[in-house]
Amino acid sequence: MKTDRSNCREMFERLSEYIDGELDEKLCECFDEHLQDCEPCQRFIATLRKTVELCRESGADSPPKSLFSLEEIAAFKVAYQQAALDLARQRGE
Amino acid sequence: METDLIASLNEVKAGKSGAFERFFAMVEKRVFAFGLKVCGHVEDAKDTVQETLLSAFKALPNLDFKDSKALNVWLYKVAKNSCLMMRRKSAYQPEQELSLDQFMPRGGKEGEPIEIPDWSNLPDDALLKEELREIVRRATLALPTQYRMALVLRDMEQLSTREVAEVLGISEQNVKIRLHRARLFLRQELERYFIAPQRRDSHLSGEGNEN
Repeated sequence: MKTDRSNCREMFERLSEYIDGELDEKLCECFDEHLQDCEPCQRFIATLRKTVELCRESGADSPPKSLFSLEEIAAFKVAYQQAALDLARQRGE
Repeated sequence: METDLIASLNEVKAGKSGAFERFFAMVEKRVFAFGLKVCGHVEDAKDTVQETLLSAFKALPNLDFKDSKALNVWLYKVAKNSCLMMRRKSAYQPEQELSLDQFMPRGGKEGEPIEIPDWSNLPDDALLKEELREIVRRATLALPTQYRMALVLRDMEQLSTREVAEVLGISEQNVKIRLHRARLFLRQELERYFIAPQRRDSHLSGEGNEN
């Protein structure tokens, strides 16, 4: 298969916008048209989409349980309450 | 979940019993997840989380948010600042720029197709998924900070482009540029894994595993 690569660089720069649906309609149509005849770009986009999918999956992992003991959480609460008190004083409440 | 965050903060402000602990758990989970993805290790993340939560809880009484999204963006902003402060204190590598050209596929003569392996159709294999997550995790940590933050916030924490721009204090256009280069970097790392000789036969489409 012969491929015209002249459009590829321009497309390459905006592939993420394309897969995120953030390109304007006109440009999106140009991409679709180019993609029909450009197998390397099709494969590149498929693997870029997969990369984003793997990122999303990896982002959904829950962190381990809380880092802080009950005493430490209580210390954060004191800091919050102190800031709230200071604010009330400033406002003359 | 978005509604819960602001509702939970309002309960704290109203002085409801147990409200602080519930709100703390929600905020910590969020900030910890972000810190882990950006810092990589629990110990490094803990410092960031501690710094973030302390700054946040001291500032919260004085702030009003129109909705949970606004509160969420503000929390990420505080967390980002803490990460950057930790970064300055430690011996991180200097920031590098990622250029678009380093990710452009090469090879073949003009007019001939470039060979790009297609590893997008993966078998449903728990071990493989685990291995890929580890590659994504390591590649994310190998990214220069400015690109890593954009990727973590947009693709992992799933903020919108506008929200990421707000957190990072840059334009939406800049977010798109950083995000794209970060994704290209990760894609390159994943491709390296798939074209390794021992993987080639088992995962590439058109080579015995096409769906």
